[in-house]
Amino acid sequence: MSGLTGAYVPGGSLLHRLPAGAKLAGLAVSCTALLLLRSPAALAGAAAAVVLLYAASGVGVAAAWAQVRPVRWFAVALFGVQLVFADLPTAASSTLRVVLAVALAGLVTLTTRTSALMACLERCLAPARFAGLDPFRLSLLLSLTLRSVPVIADLVTRVREAQRARGIERSPRAFAVPLVVGALRHADALGEALAARGLDD
Amino acid sequence: MIRLEDVHVRLGQREVLRGVTASLTERRVGVVGANGSGKSTLARLVNGLVLPSSGTVTVSGLDTRRHAARIRRGVGFVFTDPDAQIVMPTVAEDVAFSLRRKGLTREEVERRVREVLERYGLGEHADHPAHHLSGGQKQLLALCSVLVLEPEILVMDEPTTLLDLRHSRQVAALLRTLPQQVVVVTHDLPMLEDFDRVLVIDEGRIVADAEPAAAIGHYRKMMA
Repeated sequence: MSGLTGAYVPGGSLLHRLPAGAKLAGLAVSCTALLLLRSPAALAGAAAAVVLLYAASGVGVAAAWAQVRPVRWFAVALFGVQLVFADLPTAASSTLRVVLAVALAGLVTLTTRTSALMACLERCLAPARFAGLDPFRLSLLLSLTLRSVPVIADLVTRVREAQRARGIERSPRAFAVPLVVGALRHADALGEALAARGLDD
Repeated sequence: MIRLEDVHVRLGQREVLRGVTASLTERRVGVVGANGSGKSTLARLVNGLVLPSSGTVTVSGLDTRRHAARIRRGVGFVFTDPDAQIVMPTVAEDVAFSLRRKGLTREEVERRVREVLERYGLGEHADHPAHHLSGGQKQLLALCSVLVLEPEILVMDEPTTLLDLRHSRQVAALLRTLPQQVVVVTHDLPMLEDFDRVLVIDEGRIVADAEPAAAIGHYRKMMA
């Protein structure tokens, strides 16, 4: 879960200081480049470049692994399937493409504060104003989503514990009902807190 | 200065408050009462989160019905569950969120955020994800995000209910140092001992209103 939320690792590297917009644009360009690279040799070069970028960011090995870890089984499965239906070079390069794209995206989250991403998003969404949408609210939606992931994860743990305590861990209804009710209650409380913190002003 | 005049609040079929009249001028006001007695609703009336069904609530002379937004700028509110109150993923960002419409420069926002986090012992957690904090630290963060706006009045709805003894003592000690007028709804009776005034609510009415020893004594007898 922490791979998605608050993954930011404080630091002073060049990557940390780069504006969020530049990093997002760079991410888009390099992911496109990854798709265009055909030979495994070129992709190996790209892999080396990604490793160098990580080294330059100084976020550490543990943080880097936390970014790629969630896709590890997917990568293994992809490699296996490609190996059966295509050949070794194709399998290696398509797997490498996916892993590198995930690693690069992870590097952006590791070196950029959510608030900086939000501010950038708000600027990019400024034209949405003409369609009657408030860019601030859209970016707030994004950060509330990020914030709610660990809260709902906690709720899941609590519901599971309560189920086990009552010996009904096999009932899907005993899981879904309290989870949905809990999520709705949280939404109510959050709405109240946003109003108290002056969001309606 | 908070004034309630013959306030009734109906939520659906239930009459939660039935004719509450009080004017709160003391610096430290406590509110106690059984679960469901209407004390949380009373707290929410003060910043216009709940509006009276009849009667009026005024804060510094402003009616909460007409000036809710303006009143909320002067009244900070701390909820029981800090998880609902923390809206940003990391500690410093959540405090900075409070300052977003103050028209301050980025440096000034950072300075104020750092200062308030240092003062309440969260300085080293500035860049940590909010969900990595302990329950007590989360409540302190919620408090920091409110206090950074320097409100004139602070309303707290059971701020120590989810905290351990050490953290609830820390919050209680902190309350003593605040320059603001503070209204605290709580079950934590020792915290109220040095307050200026304590209200006891039962079934939507004020049944006792006195200095702490007398009011808490009445409440204990009532609950026996």
